[in-house]
Amino acid sequence: MKRYSAFAVAREGLRYHTGWERAWRAPEPKRHYDVIIVGAGGHGLATAYYLGKNFGITNVAVLEKGWLGGGNTGRNTTIIRSNYLQDPSAAIYEKARSLYEGLSQDFNYNVMFSPRGVIMLAQTEHEVRGYKRTAHANALQGVSTEWIEPARVKELVPIINLAGPRYPVLGGLWQERGGTARHDAVAWGYARACSDMGMDIIQQCEVTGVRSEGGRVVGVDTSKGAIDCDKLGMVVAGNCSVLSEMAGFRLPVESVALQALVSEPIKPCMDVVVMANTVHGYMSQSDKGEMVIGGGTDGYNNYTQRGSFHHIEETVRALVETFPMVSRLKMLRQWGGIVDVTGDRSPLISKTPVQNCFVNAGWGTGGFKAIPGSGWAMAELMATGHSSLAEDFSMTRFKEGKFIDESVAAGVAH
Amino acid sequence: MLILQCPYCGVTAEETELHAGGEAHLKRFGPGSSDDDFHDYLFMRENPRGIHLERWRHVSGCGKWFHAARCTQTLEVFGTYSAQTTEPPQQIKDAISAKRPGWSWRDVSG
Repeated sequence: MKRYSAFAVAREGLRYHTGWERAWRAPEPKRHYDVIIVGAGGHGLATAYYLGKNFGITNVAVLEKGWLGGGNTGRNTTIIRSNYLQDPSAAIYEKARSLYEGLSQDFNYNVMFSPRGVIMLAQTEHEVRGYKRTAHANALQGVSTEWIEPARVKELVPIINLAGPRYPVLGGLWQERGGTARHDAVAWGYARACSDMGMDIIQQCEVTGVRSEGGRVVGVDTSKGAIDCDKLGMVVAGNCSVLSEMAGFRLPVESVALQALVSEPIKPCMDVVVMANTVHGYMSQSDKGEMVIGGGTDGYNNYTQRGSFHHIEETVRALVETFPMVSRLKMLRQWGGIVDVTGDRSPLISKTPVQNCFVNAGWGTGGFKAIPGSGWAMAELMATGHSSLAEDFSMTRFKEGKFIDESVAAGVAH
Repeated sequence: MLILQCPYCGVTAEETELHAGGEAHLKRFGPGSSDDDFHDYLFMRENPRGIHLERWRHVSGCGKWFHAARCTQTLEVFGTYSAQTTEPPQQIKDAISAKRPGWSWRDVSG
């Protein structure tokens, strides 16, 4: 693999850009792999990457029914933060956030990580108490966040309207080291690095069955034929219930649509990420100048990758009060993804009833920010059978009553 | 936009007028039941890519709960029916079978 550098840009500039290589190979599947990962989104590719980097396991295939990074990895609002209340969540999201900081150097691929800061607005007295509690919890967890007063919010976000009237801004939870990254580049960077280690990323290869013998997984059937494996990782987000059913077990998740939208590009007006969880809206400005806006999920099970029109209206209506300038913005594009939501709104990184078959799912509405940490933990679990980051996220935790209850702490918006 | 007909008041309502209530025909397990049954009742929900039976409430209308048969892959609606039943009536099963022969959901089939 040729490295990207300023020198490479200059060199290619002098020869009509004829020397750039494909970032990753497009191989046909082999008969057998040590590890198969189903799902070439951020989490799947990150799992493969850390299997290779941390454990030297490189005879790996990543299977993808569509195109690389075309699911939720390409459909989110790219927010990265780790200001969670519960210890296991804070640990894995903070691991992810800290890995994001060095990801571009690690890959030699620019993921455009921008630690511009994330504010979660408190707009009710309950939220004020909740976020102060989170700030204290984060201090104990080693996650750098602070409670800020309305004047500081206004200083950070000049376009905000503090006065309400219905939901005045009473302060905020500020994570200075949170931010955004270029979501496609995260998937592409992992894919390029995985391919460079000799892993096969096979797109347009849909898994149609999971084969097991004596309670142990032995391979998968795909639209490109049967492929054997020693270990299988299921990392397919919204379709995890469909895949787990092929393997013969059930997961405690429901799949619903979550959507987002962007406005026309405008001049720079807001250089932080703002989340308003009471009214279900969050917004940041992309490098192109579009306002990137997200809201709540639809309430019913859905696999269509498109959301309800009225949720767009609700989201934008919610933001207009807090950001009056939004009322004059033209919205440009809207898209939806299918998120898999668990009962406690925390993910599953777990062994399964089928031996050597592992699942990484249930990230719900907040998966993008977790990609590096999720891959790190999943790789450790698959390689060694144990991961301290993942142990609390077992799929059996509901039965044991060991919830990681972020449903109240984090709300819907992520 | 999803449009369902309320089987009680007969109004054809858009989804803004309705509230989704999750999986239909749950059998409730409480004190005295096994851990597995209680766990499944609380946390395990049908999550099919295809035919789904679910509860809805006509929240901004007559306020009644009812059932709907719907496809989660196409958003096609096969019909709505009364909440006072533990499985879909034959006419709903027939409507699904006409479009999706060989369908099944939990222990219900055409």
